Amino acid sequence: MSPAIVRYTRTSIALHWLTALLVIVTFPLGVYMHGLALSPFKLQLVSYHKWVGVTIFLLTVARLTWRIGHAPPPLPDSIPVWQQRAAQGLHHILYALLLVIPVSGWLMSSAKGVPVVYLGLVQLPDLVGKDKALGDMLEEVHKVLNFGLLALVGMHVAAALKHHFLDKDTTLLRMLPFGKRDGS
Amino acid sequence: MSPVLYFLPWFLLLASSAHALEFNEVQAGKSTITFAYKQMNVPMEGKFTRFSARIAFDPERSNAAQARIEVDLASIDTGFSESDDEVAGKLWFNAKAFPAAQFVSYGVRVLGGNRYEALGKFSIKGKSMDVSAPFTFRQEGAVAVFDGSFTLKRLDYAIGEGIWSDLATVANEVQVKFHIVAASSPAKK
Ligand code: HEM
Ligand code: HEM
Repeated sequence: MSPAIVRYTRTSIALHWLTALLVIVTFPLGVYMHGLALSPFKLQLVSYHKWVGVTIFLLTVARLTWRIGHAPPPLPDSIPVWQQRAAQGLHHILYALLLVIPVSGWLMSSAKGVPVVYLGLVQLPDLVGKDKALGDMLEEVHKVLNFGLLALVGMHVAAALKHHFLDKDTTLLRMLPFGKRDGS
Repeated sequence: MSPVLYFLPWFLLLASSAHALEFNEVQAGKSTITFAYKQMNVPMEGKFTRFSARIAFDPERSNAAQARIEVDLASIDTGFSESDDEVAGKLWFNAKAFPAAQFVSYGVRVLGGNRYEALGKFSIKGKSMDVSAPFTFRQEGAVAVFDGSFTLKRLDYAIGEGIWSDLATVANEVQVKFHIVAASSPAKK
């Protein structure tokens, strides 16, 4: 009989997968809309992209707040300490990007003179004044950060799949919403 | 309008005005014409960089005031070069066929205090409609400052046709704001 798995809390799991889903939607959306010629459709997509991005930011703040009182469950002992450290380091960088990328987008919008109106309802304050050169620079920053995120998520997913299919340990199961929970 | 008809009222006005305080020398460099609209409910702003304005305003004889403002539509600055090109195009201003928008006043109403209302014809893209533009008048030393605005519905003038007629993306209401600085011309005293 295998020992019960200590999973992430249901809240952490829900926030992880919801965030992952939104990132997987809004990243290609960003690339796609960037290449479109001006049209009402493009303006709509850009707005939706911003709304999803701001949602990711809010979810990440909620997630980190929750995490203070709910430490991640320990990784299987079979994983060498350096790998555990590397995984933690990667998670911290991912969290940082999930905050910094939306802020860079928000700054870009302010600099380009387009305020962010979340869900078309709540106008966020402009963080910087209108400044075309700054706006173009921030567009580049937003893009570079995003391709950094893409690379790191690639590693993250590859590591999760390696642990599950090659090492056959419980790393991935800890983050899955189904299956028997430990005790609780 | 034929040139004679156009200049006649000016001539009469100038001939009859012995007033010291008529402001009629527009200082183009200090004046601005801007506009505000909503796109996906996001407040946006832009400006026109080329326009000519001729006004004659004496606060003591405001009913005789005149204004004629002509805006070079190709000089639009939305903040995005792609949008500037789009807006000059056929579906929006069609600036090749209709290069200018005009406001020609036919009256001024006193609203009280330093507030007035200019009544006039606004023409753009071959369509002409009556508009009224409330404004304030402030005298700052030797110059007068006029600040006012009016709101037009872009579809009334077929501005933004075809795919752009969807008002959920770019709203119908566009507020046009003017800030005109004019000196009183000594030559006409
Ligand atoms: C984690 C959240 C976000 C992700 C993953 C993301 C991703 C992307 C990507 C991949 C692009 C395309 C870059 C390119 O190919 O040039 C992009 C463009 C853009 N993003 Fe984001 N973004 C996020 C959040 C935001 C937020 C919150 C805003 C604004 C409030 C924003 C505003 C923009 C804008 C305006 C562009 C288009 C730049 C242009 O084409 O002119 N993004 N984003
Ligand atoms: C855009 C997509 C994703 C982002 C931004 C992301 C981000 C994160 C972050 C920040 C953590 C750390 C949680 C914590 O300990 O506080 C985490 C954990 C985890 N993620 Fe993702 N993730 C993404 C997609 C995925 C995918 C597609 C998989 C599976 C194939 C996955 C599997 C895991 C696993 C197994 C953990 C737990 C790892 C551990 O406890 O060491 N993630 N993820």
